[in-house]
Amino acid sequence: MTRFNLVSRLILAATLSAALAACSSDEAARGGADAAAGAGAGAGGATAAGQLDPGSIEYFRTAVGDTVWFDTDSAALSAEAQQTLRRQADWLLRNPGINAVIEGHADERGTRDYNLALGARRATAARNFLIGEGVAPERLTTVSYGKERPVALCSDESCWRQNRRAVTVAAGAPLS
Amino acid sequence: MRAFIASVAALLLVLAAAPQLRAQDSAPGPLRLEISEGVIEPMPIALPPFGGPDGAVLGEQVRRIVKRDLEDSGLFRVIDEAAYLERPAGADMRPNFANWAILNAEALIIADAQVEPDGRLAVRMQLWDVFGERALGDGLGLRASPEATRRVGHKLADAIHLALTGEPGYFDSRIAYVAETGPKNARVKRIAIMDQDGANLRYLTDGGDLVLSPRFSPDGAYLVYLSYKGGHPRVRIMDVLTGRDQDLGGFPGMTFAPRFSPDGRKVLLSLARGGDSDIYEMDLASREMRALTSGPGIKTSPSYAPDGRRIVFESDAGGTQQLYVMDLGGGAPRRISFGEGRYGTPVWSPRGDLIAFTKILRGRFHVGVMRPDGASERLLTASFLDEAPVWSPNGRVLLFFRETPGPNGAPALWRVDATGRNLRRVPTATPASDPSWSALLP
Repeated sequence: MTRFNLVSRLILAATLSAALAACSSDEAARGGADAAAGAGAGAGGATAAGQLDPGSIEYFRTAVGDTVWFDTDSAALSAEAQQTLRRQADWLLRNPGINAVIEGHADERGTRDYNLALGARRATAARNFLIGEGVAPERLTTVSYGKERPVALCSDESCWRQNRRAVTVAAGAPLS
Repeated sequence: MRAFIASVAALLLVLAAAPQLRAQDSAPGPLRLEISEGVIEPMPIALPPFGGPDGAVLGEQVRRIVKRDLEDSGLFRVIDEAAYLERPAGADMRPNFANWAILNAEALIIADAQVEPDGRLAVRMQLWDVFGERALGDGLGLRASPEATRRVGHKLADAIHLALTGEPGYFDSRIAYVAETGPKNARVKRIAIMDQDGANLRYLTDGGDLVLSPRFSPDGAYLVYLSYKGGHPRVRIMDVLTGRDQDLGGFPGMTFAPRFSPDGRKVLLSLARGGDSDIYEMDLASREMRALTSGPGIKTSPSYAPDGRRIVFESDAGGTQQLYVMDLGGGAPRRISFGEGRYGTPVWSPRGDLIAFTKILRGRFHVGVMRPDGASERLLTASFLDEAPVWSPNGRVLLFFRETPGPNGAPALWRVDATGRNLRRVPTATPASDPSWSALLP
């Protein structure tokens, strides 16, 4: 895993296509579904993103990957989520003028208050990991949307797993 | 707050008990509908058109409100007026009981309506026990400004409910909810308020900020709710009449799941911090917060017992979402839910006898009730998503929302008696969620 992570970091500094290759197939599949819902990364955006400025917010969203996913009722970070967050941390460390709001979300299969709390827990888990990777805490805030902002709208597990997520929303002007 | 309430009462309605309609003594009638799971057949009652100079138009509007309130309760059936053999001229008229007994009407409501010189509508009503051939109670007189005509109907229905069941009704009350429009992934939510029967709908927020979970103060004058105003989810408090609102304290982290205390002086809410959520009690006058729970886990959806001395809430500290009761005087929370599945959104009945909740069991959502010690659990509903029950003012009816699945799924308000009977949809102008039911209006 450590070795994989090192490779991943090297690749990140190189090209987008390699970075996408570092994604697991499962993650790529979910990213693809997100793109279909108008929300994020995916193979469809790869060609255009290949010409993106690596310091741009769009690059962070599509090439680095702004979203990590969770199991039902869980805020545990999977190995795959940790990889994504390491890439996010690397990018944030390279772009110190940019802050981020981490949004925590839940699927529709819980009660409203519980899902708000669960979203807060997920956002906090992602934030704590980024801080552990060296991002200054002052740059990272969280907000929970509970089940209020689904990206996938069907009512079965194929959509619910896309909605159990934490999204790192980067904002601000990159330092040139 | 008191001055405000007084002004609302003066503005909206002037209700005054009229002099007694009859001087005769009437012993408590034997006619009594017991509300229990055994009530299957609604009580047949007669509600003839109102007498008096304004009985035909204004009186008829009031009568229709009374009729719908009573019939929607599931406890009464108003006999078709085409069958009536007699048309009472006024509320002080003694009926010919044989004319009503032959229709099998157990109770008879006679009323009249008249607009007084000052423009107010005066309605008088007398309730009769048909087979006992005696008056039930002393009669009721109400006066109301034209804007409050509908409330006269609800007040009459409440009086009839009280006389025939021995318990207060819930008809002169309001419902606040979240009105939902737009697609599922970009829903616009506004706080709406309406009369219990759907009339007088008003929107209290404009949809610019995401809003959730409005809850009435005990006097109905305020709502506490969650708003994402400025991008930060925080509990806010709104004056229902003026629409003025403010942040309920600027705390680090999200505050959510607010609920008033029975005396209206405090608010329970949850505060999310460091991945855990804990329950706090805020004193509204001083804005001081007191932590009621601590330790790891999600603790939220708190609700006071009617005596204000205990709370019920949900927590996943034990592994899954379960219900706990805690004495505010001290002592550890005591788990009360032990069935299969997960439990959330507990709400204590105003009668104190039951706690309503949402239960998630094998992929289905249910509204259920149990006693405060966790005994006698009963599930009342089942669907893809039934959530967030709240009690009617008399603790006999539960209001909740039911959401349909899929990309075009939407929520609607539903109600069900605490006995599980009389499940029905509550019509709203738009899809609706997160209901709150006010106390009876003064």
